[in-house]
Amino acid sequence: MYHYDDFDRTLVTERVSEFRDQVARRLSGALTEEEFKPLRLMNGVYLQLHAYMLRIAIPYGTLSSEQMRTLAHVARRYDRNYGHFTTRQNIQFNWIKLEELPDAMTDLARGGLHGMQTSGNCVRNITTDQWAGVAPDEIEDPRIWAEILRQHSTMHPEFSFLPRKFKIALTAATHDRAAIRVHDIGLRLHRNGAGETGFEVIVGGGLGRTPFVGKTIKPFLPKRDLLSYVEAVLRVYNQYGRRDNIYKARIKILVHELGAEKFGAEVDAEWQKIKDGALALDPAFAADVAARFVYPDYEKLADGPAELTQARKNDTEFERWFKNSVSSHKVDGYAIVTLSLKPEGAPPGDATAEQMDAIADLADRHSFGEIRVGHEQNLVLPHVAQRDLYALWQSLYKIGVATPNVGLVSDIIACPGLDYCSLANTRSIPVAQELTRRFGDLALAQNLGRLHINISGCINACGHHHVGHIGLLGVEKNGEEYYQITLGGKADEDARLGALLGPAVKYDDVADVVEDVVATYVELRERPDELFVDTVKRIGIEPFKERIYAAR
Amino acid sequence: MTAPQQQKLKITGPVVVTANRLGDGAVVYFTAGKKWTTRIEDAAVVSTTPAATEFLQSAIADDVGAVGPYIAPVRLEGATIKPGNLRESIRLQGPTFELPASFGI
Amino acid sequence: MPLVKDGQIVSDPYLRVLDDAPAPDDTAAIVPAARLLADAGELTRRAGPIGVLWPNDQTISELEPYLDKVALVALVFPNFRDGRAYSQARILRERYQFRGELRATGQVLRDQFLFLVRAGFDSFEVVKPADAQAFKDAIHRYSVFYQPAADGQLSAFRRRAIAHRTGAASPSVERVR
Ligand code: SF4
Repeated sequence: MYHYDDFDRTLVTERVSEFRDQVARRLSGALTEEEFKPLRLMNGVYLQLHAYMLRIAIPYGTLSSEQMRTLAHVARRYDRNYGHFTTRQNIQFNWIKLEELPDAMTDLARGGLHGMQTSGNCVRNITTDQWAGVAPDEIEDPRIWAEILRQHSTMHPEFSFLPRKFKIALTAATHDRAAIRVHDIGLRLHRNGAGETGFEVIVGGGLGRTPFVGKTIKPFLPKRDLLSYVEAVLRVYNQYGRRDNIYKARIKILVHELGAEKFGAEVDAEWQKIKDGALALDPAFAADVAARFVYPDYEKLADGPAELTQARKNDTEFERWFKNSVSSHKVDGYAIVTLSLKPEGAPPGDATAEQMDAIADLADRHSFGEIRVGHEQNLVLPHVAQRDLYALWQSLYKIGVATPNVGLVSDIIACPGLDYCSLANTRSIPVAQELTRRFGDLALAQNLGRLHINISGCINACGHHHVGHIGLLGVEKNGEEYYQITLGGKADEDARLGALLGPAVKYDDVADVVEDVVATYVELRERPDELFVDTVKRIGIEPFKERIYAAR
Repeated sequence: MTAPQQQKLKITGPVVVTANRLGDGAVVYFTAGKKWTTRIEDAAVVSTTPAATEFLQSAIADDVGAVGPYIAPVRLEGATIKPGNLRESIRLQGPTFELPASFGI
Repeated sequence: MPLVKDGQIVSDPYLRVLDDAPAPDDTAAIVPAARLLADAGELTRRAGPIGVLWPNDQTISELEPYLDKVALVALVFPNFRDGRAYSQARILRERYQFRGELRATGQVLRDQFLFLVRAGFDSFEVVKPADAQAFKDAIHRYSVFYQPAADGQLSAFRRRAIAHRTGAASPSVERVR
């Protein structure tokens, strides 16, 4: 967990006071909406269909139990008793009043939380692996670098008015859980031939109207150069990114139009001029940031304690959850536990204030007071002693966050869609809810194996539909809700965009069609353990097309 | 549903002018007296382009009352005013599913 | 439109000279970029200082050869959201060491002042008189900055390192919870 110092705290407090002043000027009419909008967006405040929405950053997905309680308090005091965890390690409150926002932000700031740069055309919340610091397959904790980038990009005087939003994600693990290849900049911390660690720099990935998988422009960047290189990328983008058309303004379009090689050369030319300047990272700076990450005082424990073995044998329901939601930890005797925010029939990613408080208490009791938020809209308790798993599971079960469907077909990622969002073509959440009911049988879901369904209510792709194994994109036809279906997308180290199945299907038919797609997969898979994406990769989309559209 | 704010003005049926109230974001409608109300039944319904344009202009002029005014379709069932499409009924009635309720722990 | 310079509202000594109009010999004058590039010799032989209005879509390196002849560079913010001139400003100040007046023009509002100062601007054509009045408050809203820029602030990383080295009250480490 990173601990704010006076410096960090002062900045957040000053930001709240600035926003309080801006809100007052807006309410008095001194600022027009046109002038105010970019200012509220810089603080994570959107206007949705029914109300204002406040988006709060959870940097690199790490929350303390106290911060979780602060979120619960804000949900209760200023909203309708719940919050929504997003695909970018943020939380959103959907019913906030502009008049009360400064107070809500003051309360959040006491817990070191804020909405800075969760919106607007700036560098957004830096995201990383939700298992950072505990994953067995990582070479070091990527959050230190995420924190360095967070600080550097906060209120950046040059890059707060970019052509469009800018998202950076990092990973230090072999398995990419941060979807770095679909970000504006993806950074992969790895070791080169000489055994030094540095970053592979990938640029120009992104979803939305024109999806691209990012291209590597620097295979190995020494750590000291991280900030200067990112600054060079941003400077080239700030000057040459398109501003004439909002749909062509992301860096991916610039990279695509110039070509990755030419873009990389431009960045390099800029970088050569600044790399040895004030941004060169003294190892002491990184050490200082690293020193403020406090790691738990783990006990010396062995893997597979008797309590656990016993419980797994005696309680089949626990065993099912254990196999699904518990992952191995880099410290012996500990485990990483995922809390599913996708119970059957519920809106994906929502948690009530009571759940948040209860999760905070459980984190204190079982996870050294630490909670993580992942891009699949689930929560994680990252440091659970294996001997406590059975007790923890019973508590999680009581508050409805122990559905053993993590990574399975009913662990659906969905954007807010037309039920909240003013840009939406169609609803997303009710489709997700219906699908979780169709696939509510956990034994069936388990038999299907890893299968990600992603739903976006419009081309902005907040539900990452392009990289869903099954992707649904809402489109409007003559005032009615239709969904385009893509198959075979992937967001990991082997990132790929899904292929279009065929004509869009109606709201009332979409769950049936998804069921047919899944049934087709079950028939055509080579072995029970061939995953859905692998079957699609092997046989292509045609066999699915034939089945689905022949029957209709 | 194409974001209504981008629509070209061509009125073919009954419409109202709607927006979100500045202070709390609540959905509001423009009345015949050119004030904002949360009650759709008090909204001024017009069905010609000049009338709609005129209302929209006055609504836009009130930048402190409400945010982002635009013209939305309605259906008239007798004397009752109903939202004219799914987006507008969601704006009026809220999300189409139950909001997460407390667990009573 | 009030002009703020060195934190004060002042009257503007510069005359805006458009494309082909003659530039009076003894008055300070701001000319468009194209005019400067075409008539640099003639313009800089005048007695009055010369300034240039540089568009935000023209590469700033083209101005470099003229920087020792111009007393002022005016950069343009066509709207609040267009931030190209922030990069141009930093390059002028930090790379080319331009020490003359760097003026922000266009849609310049209160909530940009601090960003502008940090990017190296020292004069501002402010749209609203009330914003000009509030200039000092606006740029003193923050007391801490994370990144180094054209205003000479050290990075937070360096500040912390210095605090540690000198043993000065180091930024305290306090638990969030
Ligand atoms: S994908 Fe579209 S509908 Fe969904 S949240 Fe994003 S903008 Fe709204």
